[in-house]
Amino acid sequence: MMRSLWISKSGMDAQQVQLDHISHNLANSSTTGYKQSHAQFEDLMYQTLRQSGANSSEQTQLPTGLQVGLGVRTVATSREFTQGTLQQTSNSLDIAIQGDGFFQITMPDGTTGYTRDGSFKLDANGQIVTNNGYVLQPGITVPANAKNLTIGNDGTVTVTQPGSTAIQQLGQLQLASFINPAGLDPKGQNLFAETASSGTPQTGSPNSENFGSLSQGFLESSNVNVVQELVTMIQTQRAYELNSKAIQTSDQMLQKLGQL
Amino acid sequence: MDRMIYLSMAGAKMNMQRQEVLSHNLANVSTTGFRAELQAVRAVPVRGDGASTRVYALDTTVGYDDSAGPINFTGRALDVAMRGKSMLAVQGLDGTEAYTRAGSLVVDAQGNLVTQSGLQVMGDGGPINIPPNTQPSIAPDGTVSVRQQGGITTPVGRLKLVTPETKLTRGDDGLFRSPDGDLPADAVAQLQDGALEGSNVNPIETMVSMIAAARQFETQMKMMQTAEQDEKAAAQLLSNAG
Repeated sequence: MMRSLWISKSGMDAQQVQLDHISHNLANSSTTGYKQSHAQFEDLMYQTLRQSGANSSEQTQLPTGLQVGLGVRTVATSREFTQGTLQQTSNSLDIAIQGDGFFQITMPDGTTGYTRDGSFKLDANGQIVTNNGYVLQPGITVPANAKNLTIGNDGTVTVTQPGSTAIQQLGQLQLASFINPAGLDPKGQNLFAETASSGTPQTGSPNSENFGSLSQGFLESSNVNVVQELVTMIQTQRAYELNSKAIQTSDQMLQKLGQL
Repeated sequence: MDRMIYLSMAGAKMNMQRQEVLSHNLANVSTTGFRAELQAVRAVPVRGDGASTRVYALDTTVGYDDSAGPINFTGRALDVAMRGKSMLAVQGLDGTEAYTRAGSLVVDAQGNLVTQSGLQVMGDGGPINIPPNTQPSIAPDGTVSVRQQGGITTPVGRLKLVTPETKLTRGDDGLFRSPDGDLPADAVAQLQDGALEGSNVNPIETMVSMIAAARQFETQMKMMQTAEQDEKAAAQLLSNAG
């Protein structure tokens, strides 16, 4: 049957995947620490039906060949780890990373998850945990009667005790960075997991080397650019329409053939 | 049987193949750096005794459209769009040097700069390696530099950009190769960082060509019907005479 039907189908498939990404980005346009992603396309392989330069007779050669491409495929999802804007919350356990780095989270199965979402809470034991109750690494326990919890831009966590002006240091938060953050595996719940393509994490103190600094009382909002998403959505819809039109045209041609 | 029906058949087949190439271009209307496939129809006359009235039509793809596509600004540090007719050199799966306009680059687990499909990007001195824990950026002349601790920037290599003088050939993997061996790096080629080049397929032109091909296909169908009617009328005459 006609190749063009399947070629156009691959085009519609690709646009469908792009729309899935756009919808997901828009749905997460106000998710703390969310990083937008897009589908990347690549043309499929080509079929050479007639090689250019082949002999058309003993003395003559074909000046041009016939090469038919087989459509398009989604080759990768590219996630953009650009900085989201910081929003002030004045909550003492809200921490935003300005620059590179991820918070390390101990997952229920013992592995380490990575996140840019710094909206932390305290659990019943005074440990700093995520909204899902997963413990932040390195574990820091805040005493029950502590006051004035302060997190410095280098990650130092200090508190004061009631009736005392002495500052007590509880520990220092650490960040992890990856050579290829785009290769991280998104796990949902604002968490990412290490993969072979992300490389192994390098840990360090915030505001040192290439790690970003921490801002207490701020949250990093999603880096989704809504205008860009809407423009891409229009483009995706039109490309989808064009491919459906190509299917329709091929169908009409086959219909004419059937009427012979 | 009248030979006319074979001429119509060749015409219809040509139009179907034309539709396939057009569909492929439309399917890649949003593929980064895609170059539209060009096509042409060739006349193949049948030579022989008597008046040579029959000319078959043969569909051919004559190459690709090398005009620039639209530039979309993404702001991603490793997205590059080549200016002019320059192309980025990558290593194909068969190990040979190939060229592409799709400049969406990523860093793999070993720290090498690769394309989205995992092909190694060629630098002027071999593969380009991004050291861990650094921030890469690409200058307009293709120099890749990384920002290290304390804001020190060091260059780690330069992307190999080539400007083909003659048309390249497209391989079955969709990458372009030069028929006369590897092209030399073009020192003056420029790129735009933080941007990607879209597909250079013109959807209007492609849709119009598609309508034209469909109508021409219909005409061929009509010709086949006419040939059949002619044949029927002739058969009737002959049977009456008999």
